[in-house]
Amino acid sequence: MTITLDHYLVVAALLFTIGGFGIILNRRNVIVILMSMELMLLAVNINFIAFSQYLNDLVGQVFALFVLTVAAAEAAIGLAILVSYYRNRGDIQVDDMATMRG
Amino acid sequence: MINMTAFLFYVFSIVLLSAAVFVVSSRNTVHGVLFLILAFFNAAGLFILAHAEFLAMMLIIVYVGAVAVLFLFVVMMLNIQIGEIQFVIRRYSLIGSFVGVILAIELVLMLVNWHTSPGAFDLTVAPIDLQKGIPNTQALGNLLYTHYALIFQAAGLILLIAMVGAIVLTLRHREGVRRQIVGDQFAREVKDCVQLVDIPRTSKG
Repeated sequence: MTITLDHYLVVAALLFTIGGFGIILNRRNVIVILMSMELMLLAVNINFIAFSQYLNDLVGQVFALFVLTVAAAEAAIGLAILVSYYRNRGDIQVDDMATMRG
Repeated sequence: MINMTAFLFYVFSIVLLSAAVFVVSSRNTVHGVLFLILAFFNAAGLFILAHAEFLAMMLIIVYVGAVAVLFLFVVMMLNIQIGEIQFVIRRYSLIGSFVGVILAIELVLMLVNWHTSPGAFDLTVAPIDLQKGIPNTQALGNLLYTHYALIFQAAGLILLIAMVGAIVLTLRHREGVRRQIVGDQFAREVKDCVQLVDIPRTSKG
């Protein structure tokens, strides 16, 4: 048996769903939410690479490279916001983050 | 008889998905970050199976080497108490399972019904098999530095902005720290700081 595109799509879909569940169910701290977002972006990258292989086109890999870049920048900015929030509030519980609600 | 590629694919996929579940559900955030690193390694294995060797190496270098270490650093720098997960699951399980079921149904429908458009293979911009004999890294570089050079520069700009933003967000000036002020040092002259004073002789020998 060979590995087809569908196998990769199933794995990426499951990974994306796990990441989404992590964002919804997690109410402890923001770091786990950021990690779930990284997992979802990883699932998107797996899809890009699988389709790049399937359609025989290298552009999918170029696109995955840019997704990687943006994910790294987003992680850096998110963690910086987290650090400055922690300095102001003393904890990063998600439930307590109601400052912007007014 | 299952061949080696399929076997490796299943191993990488199962470890990847289990590690993702542990990332989401582990009580200790440090364990979560370590499982995230495991997930990235196995995703890199999947990339190699799909013949994207350069991206697999980039995944390990960028994610495991930089992003995961950044996560670990922040987790250990902040004092985070280990939260109780039971209460949380009761409170948000209804909306969570609702969204999850909808997402699962949509994904299953998509997986059952999708098909490739007949014209899709004619739209190939950079076919991989025309570049046989060229390694993946070189082929990607040929494409990235010619057709996508402008977007490549834009990606660099995004990283620069992210770096500046992270520094601006986390920089703080402490009170009472004596810093070097280079301008003041250069503006200092002899007549400002050396004073010649005539001292009259008072002693009579």
